[in-house]
Amino acid sequence: MTTLKDKAAIVGIGETEYSRNSGMSNLGLLLQAAKRAVEDSGLSIKDIDGVIPGFMGITAEDLISNFGLADLRYSTTVHMGGASAVASLQTAAMAIATGIAHNVVCLIGWNGYSGMRAGAVGVQMQTMPTMPMMSNLREFEMPFGSFVPAHWFAPLARRHMHEYGTTSRQFGAVAVAMRKHALLNEKAMMKKSITIEEHQNSRMIVDPFRLLDCCLESDGAAAVVVTAAERAKDMRHRPVYIMGIAEGHPDSPDQIPNRPVFTEVGAKKAAPHAFAMAGVTPKDIDVAMIYDCFTWVVICQLEDLGFCKKGEGGPFVEGGRIELGGELPVNTHGGLLSQAHILGMNHVVEAVRQLRGDGGAAQVKNAEIALVSGFGDLGDGSVVILRR
Amino acid sequence: MYKKPLPRPTLESKEFWEGCKRHELLIQRCRDCGSYRHYPRLLCPKCNSENTEWVKVSGKGQVYTWAIAVQPFHPGFAEDVPYAMVIVELEEGVRLMTNIADSRPEDLYIGMPVEVVFDDVAEEVTLPKFKPAGK
Ligand SMILES: [Zn+2]
Repeated sequence: MTTLKDKAAIVGIGETEYSRNSGMSNLGLLLQAAKRAVEDSGLSIKDIDGVIPGFMGITAEDLISNFGLADLRYSTTVHMGGASAVASLQTAAMAIATGIAHNVVCLIGWNGYSGMRAGAVGVQMQTMPTMPMMSNLREFEMPFGSFVPAHWFAPLARRHMHEYGTTSRQFGAVAVAMRKHALLNEKAMMKKSITIEEHQNSRMIVDPFRLLDCCLESDGAAAVVVTAAERAKDMRHRPVYIMGIAEGHPDSPDQIPNRPVFTEVGAKKAAPHAFAMAGVTPKDIDVAMIYDCFTWVVICQLEDLGFCKKGEGGPFVEGGRIELGGELPVNTHGGLLSQAHILGMNHVVEAVRQLRGDGGAAQVKNAEIALVSGFGDLGDGSVVILRR
Repeated sequence: MYKKPLPRPTLESKEFWEGCKRHELLIQRCRDCGSYRHYPRLLCPKCNSENTEWVKVSGKGQVYTWAIAVQPFHPGFAEDVPYAMVIVELEEGVRLMTNIADSRPEDLYIGMPVEVVFDDVAEEVTLPKFKPAGK
């Protein structure tokens, strides 16, 4: 049986500044991140023959015309919101493994603060044809006051609290851990430590989500270069191999109210496939980057990914377990909650840094295997397992 | 002047909204396998039949979950905060996003029995809302 395991590797990473006011266009940010990723790999921009631009702000045509790509062999865009960054690695690896393309750039980013506010996606993206759930939201939910991601996911979090006794203080443990990690990351937008008490006292946005349960809104972009494993060895940096990868779609992906189970997301379906391909188990993961648009989303995914049993995610995140030095360090860059909201590509970049040994003050000792999850739209999931 | 967003019915959903205007809650049911579905769909997701009828349902159900909007994100709801966005599960098994009339957010609980009421918010549009059962 053919498999994607170890067929492709990430050989280049690139990021723009992360800020609230980039002063650049979306296109400018995305091109800068892509260019930096190619430079990091040691390839020439002209070597790029595959592109997977994110679902907004840039197209394959923009990349061809700005980079002067003479023979682009493959282009596509993944429409899974915040799950797109990780899912695009799967598409890149497939194109490479089949010989369709050799060097593929995956990129995503936005002016998520100075442009369209990330927290108001839904109000502002009402007509965005690339978000397939929008027509349902517009017709059946916005008339009742449900507009933005915090509105969509808070009812799921309340069910999780009801069914398993998950608490707001446990949400707070996620926020505190992400902030601790952000203080070690020079690109992080958040520079001040927080406590559980400060989390508990932060103002309610959408009950049960407080301000410190909600991720940042950021301007910025990030990109990676994926190439074939056999060529990756000869490049500038130690390659990071794609061991296992999968996407997963929740039942009822285009609306939440009629979802059969409120306490599971797409990661639940993706994880078994990704782990089976990689031939490892959750116990083998040294460091995890978990998509963290909201604190509760981290707790739910940790369960769905198999790091703990369903319903035990709340206790799991307590006691420093997901902090550096803990059993499973999560989001060593600070995540969307405290580094920046770069739609999860910053999670991929951080996983590569950790596996290269370039994690700086946040380096997890001897990190050999990392997991990155994506979470997007109404709970689409994507999971990649990477090794050095 | 009603400032909240109004639904724009489609070919697939217009029976639902026309039912609401008559103060009837209509839900799609598959004529082949009998399963109910919502939001409106062309095909039955269970058996893929396109053979569908609109059935007037009891309008009785219970609170499945909810969230309370504290910060307003839309000018039409600015004066309503804090308000509850409630997911109600009907006796027939399907769920709707709605609001609960005559109820404070702090009185909500999962399993709370509710029944449909119709809010004629605009000349052409009636929204299905709910109230505590028997109240
Ligand atoms: Zn059927």
